Amino acid sequence: MATSQKPIASMSSITKRFLDVTANNDIDFNLYPGEICALLGENGAGKTTLMNILFGYYACDEGEIFIKGEKAELSAPRDAISRGVGMVRQHFALVPSQTVLENIIIGTDYGKGLFLDLKSARTKLLRLQKKFGLQVDPDARVWTLSVGEQQKVEILKALYRDVDILIMDEPTAVLAPAETVELFNTLKSMVKEGRSVVFISHKLNEVMEIADRVVVLRGGRVVAGRKTSETNIKELANLMVGRDLLERLEKKKVRPGKPVLEIENLRALNDKKLLALKGLNLVVRKNEILGMAGISGNGQRELSEALFGTRDPIGGTIKINGEAPRLGSPVSFIRLKMGRIPEDRIETGLMMDLSVEENLILENHATPEFQRFGMMNFKKIHQFSEDLIGAYSIMTAGRDAVTSSLSGGNLQKVMLARELAGRPAVVVASQPTRGLDVGAMEYIHQRILQEKERGAGVLLISEDLDEIFALSDRITVLYEGVIMGDVPVAEASREQIGLWMSGVTK
Amino acid sequence: MIRMRITRREPLPKWARVVIPIAAIVTTLILSAIPILLAGGHLWKSYYYLFYGALGTRFNLLETFVKASPLLLTGLAVAFAFRAKFWNIGAEGQLLAGALAATVLGVSLGGIPGFLVLPVIIIGGFLAGGIWAAIPAILKTKLKVDDVVSTLLLNYVMIHIMGALLFGPLQQPGSSWPRSSAIIEAAQYPILLTRSRFHLGILIALLAVLVIWFINKRTVFGYRAKAVGVNIRAAHFGGINTTAVILWTAMVSGGLAGLAGVGELCALQYRLIMDISPGYGYSGIVIAMLGNLHPVGVLFSALFFSVIIVGAHTMSRMTGVPTYIAEVIQGMALMIMLIFLLFTEYRIKVVRK
Amino acid sequence: MGEFLEAAFISGLMGAMMRMATPIIFATLGEILAERSGVLNLGIEGIMLMGAMTGFLVTFGTGSLWFGVLMAAIVGMILGLLMAFLSVNLGLSQHVSGLGITLFSTGLAMFIYRLYFGSPTVPPIVPPFKQVSLPLLSKIPVIGPGLFTQYTLTYLAWLLIPVMSILLYKTKMGLKIRTVGENPVVADTVGVSVILTRTLCLVVGGALMGVGGAFLTLAHQNMFLIDVIGGRGWVSIAMVIFGNWDPLKGAIGALIFGFLDGLQLRLQGLGFHISFHIFLMIPYLLTIVALIGVSRKASVPASLLKPYRREEKGG
Repeated sequence: MATSQKPIASMSSITKRFLDVTANNDIDFNLYPGEICALLGENGAGKTTLMNILFGYYACDEGEIFIKGEKAELSAPRDAISRGVGMVRQHFALVPSQTVLENIIIGTDYGKGLFLDLKSARTKLLRLQKKFGLQVDPDARVWTLSVGEQQKVEILKALYRDVDILIMDEPTAVLAPAETVELFNTLKSMVKEGRSVVFISHKLNEVMEIADRVVVLRGGRVVAGRKTSETNIKELANLMVGRDLLERLEKKKVRPGKPVLEIENLRALNDKKLLALKGLNLVVRKNEILGMAGISGNGQRELSEALFGTRDPIGGTIKINGEAPRLGSPVSFIRLKMGRIPEDRIETGLMMDLSVEENLILENHATPEFQRFGMMNFKKIHQFSEDLIGAYSIMTAGRDAVTSSLSGGNLQKVMLARELAGRPAVVVASQPTRGLDVGAMEYIHQRILQEKERGAGVLLISEDLDEIFALSDRITVLYEGVIMGDVPVAEASREQIGLWMSGVTK
Repeated sequence: MIRMRITRREPLPKWARVVIPIAAIVTTLILSAIPILLAGGHLWKSYYYLFYGALGTRFNLLETFVKASPLLLTGLAVAFAFRAKFWNIGAEGQLLAGALAATVLGVSLGGIPGFLVLPVIIIGGFLAGGIWAAIPAILKTKLKVDDVVSTLLLNYVMIHIMGALLFGPLQQPGSSWPRSSAIIEAAQYPILLTRSRFHLGILIALLAVLVIWFINKRTVFGYRAKAVGVNIRAAHFGGINTTAVILWTAMVSGGLAGLAGVGELCALQYRLIMDISPGYGYSGIVIAMLGNLHPVGVLFSALFFSVIIVGAHTMSRMTGVPTYIAEVIQGMALMIMLIFLLFTEYRIKVVRK
Repeated sequence: MGEFLEAAFISGLMGAMMRMATPIIFATLGEILAERSGVLNLGIEGIMLMGAMTGFLVTFGTGSLWFGVLMAAIVGMILGLLMAFLSVNLGLSQHVSGLGITLFSTGLAMFIYRLYFGSPTVPPIVPPFKQVSLPLLSKIPVIGPGLFTQYTLTYLAWLLIPVMSILLYKTKMGLKIRTVGENPVVADTVGVSVILTRTLCLVVGGALMGVGGAFLTLAHQNMFLIDVIGGRGWVSIAMVIFGNWDPLKGAIGALIFGFLDGLQLRLQGLGFHISFHIFLMIPYLLTIVALIGVSRKASVPASLLKPYRREEKGG
């Protein structure tokens, strides 16, 4: 990796502002041929924004971009694609109802004339698949594929366009450990051919494993560039967060009590009417956190929705403190004191166009305390919401501020404040820290631990193994709608959990 | 090359919410010069007669209020429904349902005490409109039928129901025209000001503004409807019975439109005819949007529209510009308001490269 | 004698069905194109009315029916462009922009008509299109004369059904349109312009709607009346849902509507003593009933109603 080489892509003095944040502040970034360069930083550091600018998806406010030595004016992704830049985004850019082949050829100038020439496209695709070992059925509809397979389609899509620069945005977040190994092999074979890869991540060990070079971003600025051979995890961690990364969570020893959440033989369909939960059993006790690991798409969404009351299961029972809620009825779960943290807080949890107060009051607005004869008692409501804003130190212009003006971490605090205000017996938290920065993440973690100490039973569903290990008392894995195993955290090993996540039992 | 980029902006201060509709109205009036000139009308004379016709004399002014009454009610009806994202494009049909109920009651209630007749008719008209609007609400919540399409289609169904009845059981005996017998005197809205047609329905419409404002602002139902409108998934997640909210919203919305029909029948026509509404239900959509779905906004935009409609008649008589100019102005007003509303949330940057 | 009557009745019914279905087919295909790209065009009713008025006015002025049809198409394109400006470029609510177009076009159509003709006691008329019998096919007993003695525009409508199917499913452009309608981010990230694709679909769709309107004043009738469209635009929207966004299935829906509409006319002609208003109501009612059956399994283009803006938030 001779850095004396000329860079294949060079971004200089890039600045990008959104409404109230400067996402990229005077950033210089070079990418060299044949290297895997990791872009390291915590959520909100500006990694994805920077790469979206290189991909032409965002226009930068200031700065210049050179690709292959030429100044590049990128006003849309097509300008970047034509210069050999490809990007696999975190949310895959695929059309679920179309076939793999259709998804790959869209927008390319395959065949002649007006009509689709699927035959020659297929030949080219099969050749690529063979070369890079990316096996996916070209005629399968994308929605039938696993997340790992969909990622392969995305990579094939880039290779089909013969990219020289491939940007991968947090590619391992959705993969089982074995799939990650496979992905890394593919990336390595790509750079051997002289292509370059930008690997966006906030996971230190991965970066150390795959990358030749690391560029660390913090708060929209480049704080350091290192060769991986000349650095270590501890240094990178310091660079990334500007202080010691290691979160110090005080896990108090509390004896688990009686079962508060009992699930028996739960069966539920997903949105496509396929069986997603295949007779699931689990128990969460008072004063206990049960961590549920697993790759998304294995039934986590269906399980959490069944527990939120927003999905009606086709069989099985759920009991909260021994009482059975009416399945498929959110209000029934609320009444039995279930605290519910949904993974998609913006779509399901919060009403972004309403005020903070209107969100905080959502589940209590009809209680006798806050209304009489259908008339809202605003005095008490204001008191209630101001108390919560204070107790959770929610950063907002006030209770009347529109919720969409809050940062991600504060949105999650609003969510927690609302759901925990009623001192729930059970808390179901689905991906509670996804997309949050380190500060907010620590806050949420402490809150969850406090809930357990207070006496709640917590079901923590997360893809983040670090989080699972840091918080849980027991760990379980959900794979293809069934529980793979259940082990106290003291006896759990990452290897064991990783195997379960891939569906392997001893 | 020039390209346009639209980016989110900081929320505008509150006064903007008042200034923007006014700016939209002024812009609309300026742009109205185009159709006026196309029609060969003298520009200043046309504007003069537009406003003179609507506001120039006591009678004209009161006529503007008479015209505003149905517009206000349908505007409120649409605004109330849209606030909960129930896309009620069916105010026209619900208005007709109200008028139809008022006719049936108005010709047949001779037997009950006079002071009871009007309350019964008003309630009957409200219920008829409400029930007619409940049909698409049930179709939407239970059977997932798109509400835009079903409310639109039901307008035509109601027109034909009315036609069938006016050629059938409701037809005035001895008449060959599709019109009903006259309603009894006790069923007529009282005139409140002498030498005018300023009637009870105008007060009802103004009262409705207050009631809707109160519901939106102070009640649990108003909160729930807002929540459903903003994010129905989150509202459901939070334990709100979204089906009930949509159904009740539809009933109230349809009821308000029904009251507009009652007013037209009992205050102006006294008998049901096929063209009892010149599209008040559709105008209600524009009025609701122009009023930013707020009851007070609806009040002002309904008044603005009735000025245009009433004034257009005088203008047409004096300058020869077709009265349909009023419809053209309505359409323009809606689109201009939409564009202006966009500026409250977004800024448009023109980039040259 | 009775047999002859029956054959004549069926033949007449078939003919009426084809005729009444024609404007719906044009409009439905135009709407399918728009919705497949992710835009619900509620301007349809107004665009059809403007098409009807323009076609009539131009034909009245120039004496050329086909020039009238052409101008109707062009006016439809202009209104489609306006819809695109509001709902695609500016990203305004598709519901409201569409209704705005309909209200505006309705007012404008009547305004221009009055401007040109004033308020005559007898509405002006034009010599309408003549029906053309297809050789051989129109000789098929019973159904032949009805089905295959039609206006050229009707044949054109039928030709457009496979054309639209091929466009959507077999061409590069079709894949782009479908992708934009399903997931504009995908289209954008592979270099397909969302704005351009949607604008194009709205413009071409608008042309079809305009022609559908012109059929009503230049073939079905020979005059322009204010209620000439009479909700056919809304019926077409329903047919798009009924046909699950597929041109062929949408056309079948249009045919069923045409059949009911034709039956209604025939039965009226035979002097059935039920109010014709009840017959007029039936197609609308059945359309709603059909929607109930279909809506639950509908495969709506995933990005329908969602305006696309690339720069929404930071990350």
